[in-house]
Amino acid sequence: MSVAEAEKTRERWQTVMSGPAPEHIKMHTRDVCVFYGAKQALFDVDLDIGEREVTALIGPSGCGKSTYLRCLNRMNDTIDICRVTGKIELEGEDIYAPSIDVVELRARVGMVFQKPNPFAKSIFDNVAYGPRIHGLAGSKSDLEDIVVSSLKKAGLYNEVSDRLHEPGTGLSGGQQQRLCIARAIAVNPEVILMDEPCSALDPIATAKVEELIDELRENYSIVIVTHSMQQAARVSQRTAFFHLGILVEVGDTDRMFTNPQDQRTQDYITGRFG
Amino acid sequence: MTEISASAPVGTDNDATRPKRRDIGIKRRYAAENRFRALGIGAVSIAVLALVFLLISILSNGLSAFRQTFVAFDVTLDAAVLDKAGNRDPAEMAKVTTIGYGNLLKKALAADLEARGVSTEGISSKEIAGLLSKEAPAQLRNRVLADPGLVGQTISFKTYATGRIDGYYKGRVTMESAALDSNVSPEQLTLADRMRGAGMLTVGFNTGFLFGPDASELRPEAAGLGIAILGSAYMMILVLVMSLPLGIAASIYLEEFAPQNRFTDLIEVNINNLAAVPSIVFGLLGLAIFINFAGLPQSAPVVGALVLTLMTLPTIIIATRAALKAVPPSIREAALGIGASKMQAIFHHVLPLAMPGILTGTIIGLAQALGETAPLLLIGMVAFVRDFPAAPPEGFFDPAAALPVQVYNWTQRADPAFVERASGAIIVLLVFLFLMNLIAIVLRRQFERRW
Amino acid sequence: MNTGLLVLAVLVIAIAGFILGRRHSLVTANGDIRNLHSLPGYHGQSVFIFAAAPALLLVCVWLLAQPLVIESRVSSMIEPSDIPSGSTLGLVMADVRRISDGLDVAVAQGALTEAQIDNMRADLTDVRSRLADVGIAVGSNVSQNVFLAAKEFRALNGIGRIAMAIAGLALALAGAAFAYSRITPRYRARNVSEGAIKALMILSSTVAILTTLGIVLSLVFETVHFFRLYPAQNFFFNFTWNPQFRGGSDLGIIPLLWGTLYVSFTALAVAVPIGLLSAIYLAEYASSTVRSVAKPTIELLAGIPTIVYGLFALITVGPMLRDYFAQPLGLGSSSSSVMTAGLVMGIMVIPFISSLSDDVINAVPQAMRDGSLGLGATRSETVKKVILPAALPGIVGAILLAASRAIGETMIVVMGAGAAAKLSVNPFEAMTTITVKIVSQLTGDTEFASPETLVAFALGLSLFVVTLGLNVVALYVVRKYREQYE
Repeated sequence: MSVAEAEKTRERWQTVMSGPAPEHIKMHTRDVCVFYGAKQALFDVDLDIGEREVTALIGPSGCGKSTYLRCLNRMNDTIDICRVTGKIELEGEDIYAPSIDVVELRARVGMVFQKPNPFAKSIFDNVAYGPRIHGLAGSKSDLEDIVVSSLKKAGLYNEVSDRLHEPGTGLSGGQQQRLCIARAIAVNPEVILMDEPCSALDPIATAKVEELIDELRENYSIVIVTHSMQQAARVSQRTAFFHLGILVEVGDTDRMFTNPQDQRTQDYITGRFG
Repeated sequence: MTEISASAPVGTDNDATRPKRRDIGIKRRYAAENRFRALGIGAVSIAVLALVFLLISILSNGLSAFRQTFVAFDVTLDAAVLDKAGNRDPAEMAKVTTIGYGNLLKKALAADLEARGVSTEGISSKEIAGLLSKEAPAQLRNRVLADPGLVGQTISFKTYATGRIDGYYKGRVTMESAALDSNVSPEQLTLADRMRGAGMLTVGFNTGFLFGPDASELRPEAAGLGIAILGSAYMMILVLVMSLPLGIAASIYLEEFAPQNRFTDLIEVNINNLAAVPSIVFGLLGLAIFINFAGLPQSAPVVGALVLTLMTLPTIIIATRAALKAVPPSIREAALGIGASKMQAIFHHVLPLAMPGILTGTIIGLAQALGETAPLLLIGMVAFVRDFPAAPPEGFFDPAAALPVQVYNWTQRADPAFVERASGAIIVLLVFLFLMNLIAIVLRRQFERRW
Repeated sequence: MNTGLLVLAVLVIAIAGFILGRRHSLVTANGDIRNLHSLPGYHGQSVFIFAAAPALLLVCVWLLAQPLVIESRVSSMIEPSDIPSGSTLGLVMADVRRISDGLDVAVAQGALTEAQIDNMRADLTDVRSRLADVGIAVGSNVSQNVFLAAKEFRALNGIGRIAMAIAGLALALAGAAFAYSRITPRYRARNVSEGAIKALMILSSTVAILTTLGIVLSLVFETVHFFRLYPAQNFFFNFTWNPQFRGGSDLGIIPLLWGTLYVSFTALAVAVPIGLLSAIYLAEYASSTVRSVAKPTIELLAGIPTIVYGLFALITVGPMLRDYFAQPLGLGSSSSSVMTAGLVMGIMVIPFISSLSDDVINAVPQAMRDGSLGLGATRSETVKKVILPAALPGIVGAILLAASRAIGETMIVVMGAGAAAKLSVNPFEAMTTITVKIVSQLTGDTEFASPETLVAFALGLSLFVVTLGLNVVALYVVRKYREQYE
């Protein structure tokens, strides 16, 4: 492919930058393309994830936002036919480089899923699992400290302190999701990926999780995929709008929702489609 | 309004004015419907009745195998016959053969009959001794050799009555059939009745049937299942030990790791086809590879277990894969999402959740293996084995029988008493199968999806 | 040192490696596991693997290769003149092995010393009787050359065993030391140990392929052997089956094939209507309570071992058919017959037909039923006109699978069909099948290399090919059918 041709194809997927790039870049992605077999699901995504802020990925169903999210900790590796090209860096290190151990990566970039998925174990063991397999606790009391502080950070401790050894599957949906967040925090990751964490929750539980996300921002970089534009507006500092596998527009959340630059963004935000 | 008046007046009570409905053969069609339904009920009933009939037939033939006619009488162990040297040395006493003991028993029985006042008129002493099992002299000899101190004493000795006398109390032998039978005479039967009256002859539970070794063609009353049960138990232990790890490892690879390629396809096709290969072909494999090529001993539980393992492996793999598939992917993602490796996610989370399903499948596979006969015939397990195999692990290489093969073996013998034994053995086999399936069902109920 | 002990020693080294590796990894991390890439247990496992795997592999290869190497060296010592007429080099080599084993036993029992063996000469001592004293029987008298070969064989074996032990232990220690030296906090021990586990898993999953390969190879190999002794065209086209102990047997498959097909056909004639109608009734008519009782009950029939059916045929069904049908109708007086076996096998096959058909019928979309019922068709009309035609391929698949079961079934026919190979159409006559003859040819006392015994493998191969063909077609049909509605 000649340079000119390359330039031409590049132009097609040009992302509108509404606002400056984040001040401290935690993750840096360039030209990310994802293929499922012969089908291309993502086209040349360039996006920077800022440190200690919440980045929301929005867009209609099937636009590739979840696919993009799963590239950030290589969860896509688990799908045989999935192929990722381009460059994704965590603190300047290419996470798809052969020298990178995918397990180590996932311990640094944790993930919370759409449906709460606690293990069929006690609440304590759910949270302790990560520290155990990664050898994060020097002693038993260390491990207990990690569990308690993670549950506290997830705002769940007061609700479950008297039944830490009961099954995590016995909690309510919202509590389960906060348990999953506590479980992710317990590994002490640098980035937390959240794939529509509130879509299975009722409004009150959603409010609690959103509050939690806002608190977690002080210590972690968070990337959240959400269907709800209100949620994106409430919790995020930056928003990226995906459409048909293309990153259409990215920028400060406030500016995106008040003054979108791209027509498609505007249409989506005003509810013309999606 | 003309249109309405011309059409049928709907909802009036006047039947005469209602136009005739089209004839769509409702009656005939309902008759056909009922016939079809009856056919279905008939088919289901036949299937269920066949099962009931099968079980009743086996039970009615086999339950009597658990009861046995015994003869008890006093025997004076004459030192002059049994220990000529008089020093109670077992090595020297062993020179007295079962024939010597047989004569001793013959005299002792006649003497005891007289002492108890049981009339023996019209019966030769040979016929009287004929009431006893041919196993009796050997039993007495073993008892004496084990405890030489008994010599010179008078002991109470209880032994089996012969198969025909036993059959008389189970309804298999009658006075009429005895008259035609060279092995038993009506006089012997009447003597048996008198002995029963005198309390010398009793019918009781037969522990020898469950725990004793097999006996030869002429001694059906002494034939037991002990070696067969032990042999089957050895094989099941080996099958479990070999097939469970192999099956789980193979299933995990195929279900969780294997890429979609030719090699994987080949394995899958193989597993599906192996599940349908006739069991006797596995017997041929065992004979050609394990016995002729690898030189493993015939009749040994280890060879049987190898063959049965290869046979049950497809069942176990198919069940295990289904159990693994039933674990929701969210569990795997949850573990991967906090940095567990794939192997850790599977061994820490997926496998424990799939375990009840895996165990259920394994037990069903084992039950299949326990009842399997044909391949074992080909690897020599049909041989007559009289000695118990040693304790494992050496015992795995000793000759042994297996429950279903023992059944087949007994059906091949002439004496009708063996039919009862065979049916009794089937009952034992079915009880084991029932227990295994019960465990499988309980497991499934107990651990039904908890996520 | 024998092999079991060697393996045990290797495992002891590996376990020691595990413990040391575990401890060492903590030391390199200054006692804080947070500094480690992998948990200490994984470091231990990696040492274990490096110690055990190469050493055990070496032992396996050595055990396979050593006999080959020694055989070829020793057999070159045997002169053509040492081979008695009518014997072969193979038989002489078997004697060599037996003499060598016998010498070992003699030494173990104290009957001979090593020095005595060194000085012993076959032309001076009667080796055969000396060995018989310690319980080893040698086929013929021992010539000096054979005895020398046996001594050489024994010496080489002794050297081989010692060399194997040294090499195995050395490799285990070297592997352990190598893995131990690689331990650093950043060493990815987990990946090593998981890789090894994965390799084990791949190995396990190839067992299925190896089994098929084993079946095919052993059947084909022995069948070829058989066809060398007995012409293939006679096997396939001869109408008589009459094995003789002294050779000159007629071993034609046709009467057996006829019996097999006749019994299977009878079984299917019983099982297909009953199984299919039960499936339809249970799927379309039965209340859920009836279904929940009847379905498992019918499936119970599939869980009963075939030996039970065999006994049922032998002691109940056979005599009943003889007394109430065959004899009154003047059709014969045999209790084992095609009818006996067919009827009982039919009962056994019912659940295969009914549960597979049940699946297939349930897979027909509800919309098709609704469409027919909505037009005013009765249930039976819906079943006959809509559901059965739609489910037909699946039902055919089920019947084919059942047929393959029936053809390969052994115990019921062994105990119910009889042993006489006949081409007859009277269903109350005893006939025999392929599987019966496989059993009877291999459970007798005939010599293994005779055509009368080897024919069992040719029969087995024919059986394997037929059932495999039926299965492949059936599975294909059923899969195509499922895809249609997915």
